[in-house]
Amino acid sequence: MTSPADVLLRVTDLRTHFHLGGEVARAVDGVSFDIHAGETVGMVGESGCGKSVTALSLLRLVDPPGRIEPGSRIEFEGRDLLALDNEGIRRIRGNRIAMVFQEPMTALNPVFSIGDQVAEVARVHAGASRKAAWERAVEMLNLVGIPDPRERAKAYPHQLSGGMRQRVLIAMALVMNPSLLIADEPTTALDVTIQAQILELLASLQQKLGLAVLLITHDLGVVAEVTSRVLVMYGGQVVERAPVRELFANPRHPYTRGLLQAMPRLGDHRDRLAVIPGTVPPPTRWPSGCRFRDRCPYAWERCATEAPPEYPAGNGHGARCHLVDEPARDVALAAPVA
Amino acid sequence: MATWLVKRLAQGLVVIVLTTTITFFLIHAAPGEPFAGLLDDPRTTQQMRDAHRARYGLDRPLVVQYARFVASIGTGNLGESFTYHRPVADVLGDAIPRTLLLMGAAMLVGFAAGIALGTAQGARPGGWLDRITGSMAVLVASLPDFWLALLALLLFAATWRILPVSGFSDPTLSASAPLVVRAGDVLRHLTLPAGTLGLLVAAIVSRYQRAALIDVLPEPWLRTARAKGVPRHAVIFRHALRNALLPTITLGGLAVPALLGGAVFVEVTFAWQGMGSLAVQAVGDRDYPLVLAIVLLSSALVVAGAIVADVVHAIADPRQRHA
Repeated sequence: MTSPADVLLRVTDLRTHFHLGGEVARAVDGVSFDIHAGETVGMVGESGCGKSVTALSLLRLVDPPGRIEPGSRIEFEGRDLLALDNEGIRRIRGNRIAMVFQEPMTALNPVFSIGDQVAEVARVHAGASRKAAWERAVEMLNLVGIPDPRERAKAYPHQLSGGMRQRVLIAMALVMNPSLLIADEPTTALDVTIQAQILELLASLQQKLGLAVLLITHDLGVVAEVTSRVLVMYGGQVVERAPVRELFANPRHPYTRGLLQAMPRLGDHRDRLAVIPGTVPPPTRWPSGCRFRDRCPYAWERCATEAPPEYPAGNGHGARCHLVDEPARDVALAAPVA
Repeated sequence: MATWLVKRLAQGLVVIVLTTTITFFLIHAAPGEPFAGLLDDPRTTQQMRDAHRARYGLDRPLVVQYARFVASIGTGNLGESFTYHRPVADVLGDAIPRTLLLMGAAMLVGFAAGIALGTAQGARPGGWLDRITGSMAVLVASLPDFWLALLALLLFAATWRILPVSGFSDPTLSASAPLVVRAGDVLRHLTLPAGTLGLLVAAIVSRYQRAALIDVLPEPWLRTARAKGVPRHAVIFRHALRNALLPTITLGGLAVPALLGGAVFVEVTFAWQGMGSLAVQAVGDRDYPLVLAIVLLSSALVVAGAIVADVVHAIADPRQRHA
């Protein structure tokens, strides 16, 4: 276990709301978590659960009508990121905290060579000369496993495959040796074999450079492979957090259980995969009480009236579910989730 | 790239041939005839009239005249102007540089101002600058060019009297004056015609540039640029504008014919002795060789504008580079 002194990023009660005419979409609504130096934390959840908005909020990249609400706190390396001026947060972006996005096909500027785009990071943050920045770019492209990097640096994005572009984005993110890398679905848009290569690359770079990684994904398989701790998000909140083994062995939140049951496993001969009934409600209209209760097979009266706090469940495990508070109700259900 | 260029040039040649051919038959079909002033004199006998027409080959069948015109062009001879009694090439030799100067200046001013304004508007759509200058640009763009030219003439010649409003240079200025003085004089004369034309171009370009910028702003690669710590001005000017300029380059090629048309009115209004005012005169006088030469050159200019725009576009956009 790492000591509190190693806390690199501390997010406290982060709320990012979108003010749409008369309605307010509470996309991220009270998220708190820590990331320690050098660790890999997974953040999982369905589309619309608030993962990506959380990621964008960390670098203050949410555009209006989205707004990080007063009372939210994001502390990074001892600094309050929400108190920084625009220039201050700009110096953090791509320098101390870097980000890799999920769309490798569209995340690179089509009119600049990839070398230029990687070199630009060194130019804006280290004030490197054109030549020094280019050398650094070639070095980074080599580090992420792009063959013949000196030649390839002159290529344009459209000349590269999706996997190669994702490597370029990772190279770009690591130019300044950031202490935190946020990877938002970095493998979603890629072929399965390429996914594995990119994950392996991220894991090896994480080891080599000692950086912390916040890996955002909807894929529990990915989480199992590379992370040490997991945050499960639902309805703009963290509904369960646990060390990765603990989460897979002993999921406490019905949503997490649903996700795990919906995962295909090797050697499993079920005819159909289990699904979680229903869909995520729109962020403008979260249900009262527990936000998952409409889809939850365990739900009872208390869930409709009282929003569950995050109950500690030991060993760094916690879940936002009344079942933890009333374990007697946590019995195997007669029928599996339809 | 080379084969592509050859193909484009061949296409351009077809356009030029078609344009001049159509013009040839149109201008001959138009009522009235050359030398009207001379031949309408009641003392002119039918014999003199026929002799005059025969001298210029106007008594031949139209098809024969066309064949002779093509053959003459083929040898690089544009013929002799009916009204100036000088080779057409000489007549145009003075006018072409003036029109090119006017068009070039208008395009430079118009595109520079239009791109700057459109970018400023597009960077903050809906802001006060966008709303004020945006409606002004729409207003200017919808004004007829001749009306704007007349308005400028009225204001600068009658009301303020601060700029020359007529001609290409000051006729009282000695030809032996230093080059700088003479250039400055031309520049002063250029200000109003080029300014009028440039203002119209700027208004239209700014609308296109604004739309093009707003179009690229939601692109994921701009979020990448922000996420890597690129300052806001560089996100707009380096990353977004570089992409948003691509449609404007195409617009530049398309602007050539519009500018040529606009130049006709503006040249006549400000007595700028260029191709435009020459064209108006030549059509009125049925100066067939001069009309045809102007049409030939104008269509060549339009074709050249389109090809240059395509080449520049291909250089600016790596995805368009032809192997």
